[in-house]
Amino acid sequence: MISSDDSDPPAPASGGSAGSVSLAVMVNGTRYPLTLDPRCTLLDVLREQLDLTGTKKGCDHGQCGACTILVDGRRVLACLTLAVMKDGANITTIEGLAKDGVLHPLQQAFIEHDAFQCGYCTPGQICSAVGLIAEGRAQTADEIRESMSGNICRCGAYPNIVAAIQQAMGLP
Amino acid sequence: MAPYIGTATSRVDGLAKVTGTAKYAAEYNAPGLAHASMVGATIAKGRITRIDTTAALRVDGVITVLTHENRPPLADNDQAYNDDVAPEGTPFRPLYDGRIIFNGQPIALVVANTLEAARFAASLVRADYLTEPHVTDIHTKRDRGLAVKDPITPLDALFAPPKQRGAPGPALDGADVRHDGEYYVPIEHHNPMEPFASTAVVESDGRLTIYDKTQGVQNVQRYLCSVLGLKQDDVRVISTFVGGAFGVGLRPQFQAVLAALAARALGRSVRVVLTRQQMYVLGYRPAMIQRIVVGANANGTLNAITHDAVTVTSQHENYYRQETGWSGLLYSCANAKYAHRLAKLDLPTACDMRGPSAATGVYALECAMDELAAALKIDPVELRLRCYSDRDQHDNRPYSSKALRECYHQGAEAFGWHTRNPEPRAMRDGSELVGWGMASGVWDAFQAAITVRIRLSANGHAEVACATSDIGTGTATVMTQVAADMLGLPLDSVSVLLGDSTLPASPVEGGSWIAASVSNGIAATADAIRKELLRLAALMPDSSLSGTEADDVGLVDGMLVSRRDNARAVSIADAMRHSAVDQIEREITTNPIEDAARAHNTHSAVFAEVKVDEQLGVIRVTRVVSAIAAGRIVNTKTATSQILGGVVWGIGMALHEETAIDHRFGRVMNANFAEYHVPVHADVHNIKVIFVDEADDSNPLGIKGVGEIGIVGVAAAIANAVHHATGKRVRDLPITLDKLLGKPS
Repeated sequence: MISSDDSDPPAPASGGSAGSVSLAVMVNGTRYPLTLDPRCTLLDVLREQLDLTGTKKGCDHGQCGACTILVDGRRVLACLTLAVMKDGANITTIEGLAKDGVLHPLQQAFIEHDAFQCGYCTPGQICSAVGLIAEGRAQTADEIRESMSGNICRCGAYPNIVAAIQQAMGLP
Repeated sequence: MAPYIGTATSRVDGLAKVTGTAKYAAEYNAPGLAHASMVGATIAKGRITRIDTTAALRVDGVITVLTHENRPPLADNDQAYNDDVAPEGTPFRPLYDGRIIFNGQPIALVVANTLEAARFAASLVRADYLTEPHVTDIHTKRDRGLAVKDPITPLDALFAPPKQRGAPGPALDGADVRHDGEYYVPIEHHNPMEPFASTAVVESDGRLTIYDKTQGVQNVQRYLCSVLGLKQDDVRVISTFVGGAFGVGLRPQFQAVLAALAARALGRSVRVVLTRQQMYVLGYRPAMIQRIVVGANANGTLNAITHDAVTVTSQHENYYRQETGWSGLLYSCANAKYAHRLAKLDLPTACDMRGPSAATGVYALECAMDELAAALKIDPVELRLRCYSDRDQHDNRPYSSKALRECYHQGAEAFGWHTRNPEPRAMRDGSELVGWGMASGVWDAFQAAITVRIRLSANGHAEVACATSDIGTGTATVMTQVAADMLGLPLDSVSVLLGDSTLPASPVEGGSWIAASVSNGIAATADAIRKELLRLAALMPDSSLSGTEADDVGLVDGMLVSRRDNARAVSIADAMRHSAVDQIEREITTNPIEDAARAHNTHSAVFAEVKVDEQLGVIRVTRVVSAIAAGRIVNTKTATSQILGGVVWGIGMALHEETAIDHRFGRVMNANFAEYHVPVHADVHNIKVIFVDEADDSNPLGIKGVGEIGIVGVAAAIANAVHHATGKRVRDLPITLDKLLGKPS
């Protein structure tokens, strides 16, 4: 039987070029003027162009939470965000949480509670927890679990992550 | 100074992991780095008749498209593609020719200046195929499996079913109670959070440095050299941090070959990152159909066990582990028989996945024991105590240590098991049915040959080096603790180098053998350093240690101290400086202590509580207690995390995880985190880990390893709890609500 990939290839953009767009973002207090291929996701811009590899790519489809960052104080999945949508935005990544060499209370609590193993989901978990605390809705362990469920940890550090967040929130 | 071994020491790489500075394979940069995107086959079996890359090549920024037609030379014999842990067979050769042996198999690599261009251009590559009929369903081959051969070599014996003992047929016929059940575990995928990635950096002298996601840098290094025909010095493989692997990083993965191939072809550094979807063609826990028959006497002792298994592997390699053997090992039983057949399917080869063979085999055994307990009207814990064995049942050997009885007692106590009402559906919490189930777990306590180098500087700093990986298990932390104790240094005076193929030899990190192996390697190497320090100290004028035997001197707080009289002490720094020695370096290879007269295993008792919504069938695992007997625990904090992780994996195995294949195409349908369900925060509640005391002298430090034991038994404990809650026995994992609400199985 002869088989062929069924669909015709989409026509490449004119000359294969996708053009470019200029914008500027503020990342961890530094302003970055950028000229970008409009197809660039915020995640790929952070990792590939700004060398901020603390933000992780786990699925590239908004299903795992590893790329969670804070945009204007709210938690956002960088893989589902085109960079050109965030012109002028104020972005915080895991690299921007510690101030003057002092860890953010969540970072410290994650170390104390061993809230990670391989460490790959950790920046997303921590940024997501920063956003969660700012939202102010989750108060109990069950509410924290529900509100953190977009951040997968395949090592299974969940009980320690919840304990670390509770500590940072000052909950018993 | 209090010892670090046995304490809850925080991870030495914790700061790097919480600040985002820990770098993983896809995060190394190089001048002119090119980005590559892989194209996978869209058929399961056949061959490529034509591959069209013209549209891809027209995209701005595309440098080249590698296919089997234009790739640089690759080795042309199976031996070159074998690796340290390859099963028997014909290893897969990436981009070798037009032959397709599994869906998603790499057929092209698009290399471009940017990730965006590579990804877009990869969508334009077109292939025509001559397809052949394929089979990807274990059930269609269950009766036509290839029987696993009788073991010839010791390695065969490790994986092949054990020999029959006694006369199981007549014993079963004479049993007072007999249970016969078939259990199924589907294909599962590891899904580490970090995608498989290799960054191949072309150094200025033309040599390659490959930053790779692997559990064995030296295994990958040897493999790449033989596949690409390079000299050993031409390739260096580094994996300082590994974002989870769970077994799928034991064998070299094809993206490492693709990255190295492209870098060699272009003379330019290249990075290949697989998509989450593409990770589903790298390896998986084999689906397993198992039938267990157990026969018991009315008093609750076993008289026979038979365990038949069919597991999945590829057409080209025979992967299997000793899935059935655990059944005959764990309990006192005079008659046992095993059979294991392989369903060879048109899929990639199966591979080790957390607790390989035990996670699946013990699942069936421990559900069968629960069903037997119900039939005998004996408490499940009590049944296991009546069947308890102090000797390895396969070879009738004593154990080096086995504190499983303590696991039952301490686990039951912590769980509150004694208040359990044995009747199914008898316990409720509001609208939810409550079920309590338990199971035993068992794993091997392996050790492997390993080489460790220690460099002690006169300034009091020690560098410990070994090529092992730390896949998140805490290896670097354990190494630091052991070295600090053995050298009498504070933790922050010890640095660890690992995950680099140029370091002293290590086996792949897996099977729970690294903690014991590398710790004892460090102890032996530190011992050699101590002896050299004593020799130097004795050279000092009026040395208080002159004439002291090496065994009488310890290293404490930067001093050599007589163990008989701690007033007799010499500063390490003074001893080294007196002889003008800036650094002492020792590199020692340790081999496991041969101890075939005893069996070496870890054990667990797992207790689980589930709450089941009676109308909706939704199951929540509300409590788990896991009591572990695993020798000396080097780091109670990281070891607890290992067990917690294993329990979470067990929850996934019991309730969520299943790789679904569309057999018409031989393709995984749920190759993503939205449809391949793994436990998330909301699925995980109260988990308590208990380490019971277990002194073991199999190695000088008494370490057994804890990476695998945490998952073993968990799925059975949960399945048993679901039965206790609902009165319904689901033997087909995962236990989803459709199975729970549907017709009785």
